[in-house]
Parts: sequence; structure tokens; C-alpha cells
Amino acid sequence: MAPVIDIKGITKVYRVGVEEVRALRGIDLTIARNEFVAIMGASGSGKSTLMNILGCLDQPTDGSYVLNGSRADRLSAGALAEVRNKEIGFVFQTFELLARSTAIENVALPLVYSRLAWWGSRKRAREVLTMVGLGDRMKHRPNQLSGGQRQRVAIARALVNRPSLLLADEPTGNLDSTTSEEIIALFKRLHEQGQTIVIVTHEEDIAGHAQRIVRLRDGKIISDNPTLADPIHRDYLDRVARASVAAAGTAIAAREGGSAREGGGVSDGVGGGVGGGGVRA
Amino acid sequence: MTILRLIFQTAVLALGQLWANKVRAVLTMLGIMIGVGAVIATVGATEGLKSYILKEFDSFGPRKVWMDGTVPRSQRGRVSSTQYDLRISELLYIKDNAQTIDAITPMQFLSGTVRAGDEVRTGVSVTGMWPDWHEIEKRQAVQGRPLIWTDVNEVRNVCLVNDKAIAELRLDSDPSGDFILLNDRRFLIVGVIETKAVAQGFPGGGEARTELYIPYTTAIAMQPRDTANFALAQLKEAGGADEAKAELSSILRRLRRLGGEDENNFQVETVQSVIDQVSRVATGITVAAGGLVAISLLVGGIGIMNIMLVSVSERTREIGLRKAVGARPSVILLQFLVEAVVLCLVGGMIGLLAGAGLLLAVAAIPSSPLADAGVPLWAVGVSLGFSALTGIVFGMFPAIKAARLDPIVALRHE
Ligand SMILES: Nc1ncnc2c1ncn2[C@@H]1O[C@H](COP(=O)(O)OP(=O)(O)O)[C@@H](O)[C@H]1O
Ligand SMILES: [Mg+2]
Repeated sequence: MAPVIDIKGITKVYRVGVEEVRALRGIDLTIARNEFVAIMGASGSGKSTLMNILGCLDQPTDGSYVLNGSRADRLSAGALAEVRNKEIGFVFQTFELLARSTAIENVALPLVYSRLAWWGSRKRAREVLTMVGLGDRMKHRPNQLSGGQRQRVAIARALVNRPSLLLADEPTGNLDSTTSEEIIALFKRLHEQGQTIVIVTHEEDIAGHAQRIVRLRDGKIISDNPTLADPIHRDYLDRVARASVAAAGTAIAAREGGSAREGGGVSDGVGGGVGGGGVRA
Repeated sequence: MTILRLIFQTAVLALGQLWANKVRAVLTMLGIMIGVGAVIATVGATEGLKSYILKEFDSFGPRKVWMDGTVPRSQRGRVSSTQYDLRISELLYIKDNAQTIDAITPMQFLSGTVRAGDEVRTGVSVTGMWPDWHEIEKRQAVQGRPLIWTDVNEVRNVCLVNDKAIAELRLDSDPSGDFILLNDRRFLIVGVIETKAVAQGFPGGGEARTELYIPYTTAIAMQPRDTANFALAQLKEAGGADEAKAELSSILRRLRRLGGEDENNFQVETVQSVIDQVSRVATGITVAAGGLVAISLLVGGIGIMNIMLVSVSERTREIGLRKAVGARPSVILLQFLVEAVVLCLVGGMIGLLAGAGLLLAVAAIPSSPLADAGVPLWAVGVSLGFSALTGIVFGMFPAIKAARLDPIVALRHE
């Protein structure tokens, strides 16, 4: 199956007067279905620029972007709108809800621009709002909701068209830490249900929930590593740990003539601790 | 389907928006309101007045033709105003030869002093005419008999009186056979005719008074001359006004030996041609009102464009968000166009109601000639249509501006 995101050599140059700002300087990135990726980096490193390009809100200056096996660069404004509507759910740091509309109207907004009948779109919007835990806040307007609830409305809106890609640019940037935990828990649940997710964040412990962390500096990827939340990576670390403990145990046993069984027990404990810590942190 | 739903949703949103900014909306729509209101009032009043005038002419008789001698422009002041009055010989010739008319009478007006017993009335209107008058005016004798050719040929001193005369002169309730004195001559009353209510401003209009009708020949015997004040005739067919005018003109030109270059020294008018003239004037006024409304819609349209530009800039973030969730530029364009059209249509409807209200208020004035003035349906359609068009034309630039916004730039606005 084609990866959800496949970009090669993406650059983005902004022209401010005569000056050129090179926001992205050659990004290659592949993200497979149902990955949960966090993008990190200092302010001004190009995270938002990259997200906007991934979200088809902006076009790269150079390079190629293939989304779900079809080209998503150099499309017309209308074609890009269609891609945004069908394939992408975007969550903004500042929620971007329509102040005069109720929660359900906000959630149903993307459906206004797709081909779903009115009653169908209401039903779908209700379903998604219930899923993010706001089944009892349908008719509330944004100013009658807390920050966390607003962001959940925004997430419901991003999900309403069943996008193949959920993008979130600092979704917890305007929230306190408890609310941030709730939002990140929601992302994790979505991920467990099969959603492909890319989030931008400043906070290491938020990023720690993702399976993979991509770090940017000055418009370039400086590292791309799995986290402890990645089961394959965890398994790998587990095995490394077990092997090294076992090796250590063998070495000790060889030197002191002790039992190899004890060493095996120790290594099990270490592996479980690493994995469990990753999940619960 | 999707497009219709979108238009509907946008229209509902736009109405909500208007309601939220009532004062601003009213100020914006003022130009359109005034324009449409003015045109509705003008068109309604013109149409009302037209139908009132036409009704009056209709009561005057749609088959009526009148003929009169006139002094041509080039000879004005050099000949007496009675120089070209219609001659009886001319009318007799027309009576015997014209194909397009079936009745004709000269009309000779005198003013007389009437005495009946002790009652005396001065300044009584006396009309000398031929028997055809009954047919042309549709006024038959309700008592006694009508005028007949023998009365005319024998220059009899007979008269018909109207029913008003019976009251004013304290005549017998059936006065036929009685005598009255007209300018000290004895006249036999042979019949009574109904008093016809004729609108003010028309010959014989105004308050009904005593009227006497006598044979034409008798009238000129009392006031010697062989011409008529004017002549009345009746079209054979109601639609034959143009043919009758042509025929009568050509007969008169022949009789009067007018050459190809000579101006007519008479005129032939039909009620129909007057009706046509009134209709033309009414149409002219309507067209002028249309021009006025075009100007006010232009002014109103500039207001609409201004407010729509403000709206686009106020809602830049919203536009960005809508684009981010998949609104195509064409859809954003449509949304703002619908909004502008709704704004204009609401303004147009308020103007419509105001104009119609004004018209009704004028119509409610007692004995107003606009008593049954109404707003014609086509005027409603045209003003609302033009309001919508104004919305489309002047909403286009702001809508294009909104449609072209870059989503990222729009979302970063403020
Ligand atoms: N519209 C723009 N015009 C000019 N420069 C921009 C624009 N958007 C971003 N930049 C520049 O590009 C760089 C990357 O910005 P951004 O992607 O927003 O960073 P981050 O989200 O990581 O903080 C910054 O130097 C920023 O000033
Ligand atoms: Mg950013």
C-alpha cells in the first residue's frame, strides 16, 4: 500500500521584499498508514510551513508531494480545496471555530463543501462530536465552551469527512497541561482506531506519545527516530536490553559461577519497565 | 443539489448577518430602498392615473370622433379663429359619403335665458344638433320622443330637456307637450333625456345643470351662422380609429382644396387616439422613472460594494477557515454573491413596501384620482430583478477578492 505521505526534496522560499527566507531547505519524509508522528523543532525552524504543505494549504517552491499515491503538488486552487476536503483534517493551535455557529454547525462545516445530504451531514457531525466526548454540547457556541472543549470540536471537525491524514499544528499550544493530556489521549485513541496522525509540538512529553519524532532545524530534518511508544521500537529496545542483560549475566556467572536463570529474570523486568514507562508517561 | 443547498444556507446565514447589524444594513440598503420605493410609487401612480383617465375617456365613448376647424400654425394671428370652422355643407357631404363612420352631428352651443311659468334661469346651456346625437352620445329620450330629422328640416321650435331641468324649472314630471320660453321664443318640449355625469375637465363636465337640446337649424336661426362649433361622429367599428381619421381627413382636404404641401386647417380626433396618447405619456413617465431608479441603484450598488468589502475584510479568517476545510474559490465567490444579492433584495423589498405604502396613502385621500391605483406585478418583478442584478454586479468585485484569498494568509489575518 502506498504511504500516506511521500515527499522528496521539498523546499519553501518566502520572498519578503528583496530578501529571501528559506523556510524549508530540502525535506524528504515518508509516513505510512496509521503512523503517529510528532514534528519538533525550535520556533522558526519551519514546522508550520511543512504542515501547511502537508495539509495542501500551501504549495512547495520545489520538490514533490505524493499523498496516498497521487500527486498533491502543483494543483489548482480548486483541486487543492477538494483534497483538503476529502483527505485532510487540519487542527489549528487557535481552534479557528466560527464564533456565531454552534458546535454541531462547526463540525458539519466541511460537509457543506462535500456531497453529503443535509440530514446525513447532521447525523455524521453528531456521531463525531459524541466520539470526542461532546455529545451533550452540540448546541453550544464556542464562547460557551472551555479551551479543551473547543479544541475537541475542532478535532471533530477535522475528522468529520474521515480524512486519511490528521494534521495538528501545536494543538495543545493554547491549553493547560491537564487539558493537553486529555487532547493527546484523544489523539492516541484515534491512532489506535487506525488514524494516521502528524502533530507539531514543542513539548517533549507530548511528543513522547507519538511513535516517531521528526526534528527540524533551519528548514532541515536533523533527526527522525522512533520513540518508546512505538511497539516495534520498544520490542527492539527490549530485545537489546534483554540481550545485554543476558550478556552481562553470562559474564557475571562466568566470573562468579552464579545462576544464569536469575539474569534472565532481571532482563525480563528491565524490558517490561521500559515498555510500560513508554506507554504510561 | 449541493449548489442549491449552499445557496440556501448562505442566504439564511446572510439574513442572520443582516439582522445582527440592522442599522448598518439599513444604511447600506438606503440607496436601493429609495430607488425602488420611488419607482414603485411613480409607476403605481402613473398607471393609476392612466387607468383613471382611460376610464373617463371610455365613459365619454370609445367610438367617438370629433372634428373641428383649426387655424394652421403658419396662418395664426392673420385669420379669424372661426375662419376654418366646419361648414354644414362639409358635414352633410361626410354624412352621405364617409364609409368609416355611421353617425355624425354638428354641435352648436348657445347660452340662453329660459322661462317656465315663474321660474327663470339664465346662462342655460343649449345645444343645437342632429338626431344622430342620440346614437353618438348613447342618450335616448327617457320620456317623450327623440329629436328627428323633420325637426331639423323644418327648423321647428322644439326641445329636449334633461331631468335636471324638470327640477330646476319646476316642470311637470312628464313635461312633454308643455311649452317653455327660450330667449323669448316658445319651444315645445318633446322629450326628456337623462343627465349624464361627465367628469370635470371634459365638455359638459362638472355640476349637472339645466340643459336644453334643440335642432341644429333652429340653433343657427337664433344665432345666425352656417358653421358648427365642432362636430361629433361615431366610428362604424371600435378599432377603426386610424382608418376613420385618414378617410375624414382626405375628404376634408379634398373639400377644402388643400394641396400636397398645405397644412390641415381642421383636426380629426378620436377618443382612441387620445387614449393612445395618454398611454404614450404614461409609458414615457415610466421609462423616466426607470432611468431614475437606474441611477439610484448605481448609487445603492456602490454602498453595497463598500459594505461587502468591509464584510470580506472582517471575515478574512472565516474565509481562510472555510477554504482550509475544502471550500473551493468558486464556492466562496458564490457565498459572497448570494450575500450581496440577499442584501439588495431585502433593500428592494423594503423599498417596494415603502413605495406601495406611499401609493396607498395617496389613494386613500378622498376622491383621489388614484383611488384604485395599485402596483403592477411587472413593476414588482422588474424592481426586484434589478435589485438582484445590482447585488450581482456590485457584489462581484468583493466576492472575487474573497475567492482569491490565500487560505494561509487569510488564517493569519489580524
Ligand atoms: N508568509 C511568510 N512570509 C515570510 N516568511 C515566512 C512566512 N511564513 C513563515 N516564514 C518564515 O519561515 C520560517 C519558518 O516559519 P514557520 O514554519 O512558521 O516556523 P515554526 O512553525 O517552526 O515556528 C520563519 O523564519 C518564518 O519567519
Ligand atoms: Mg508554527
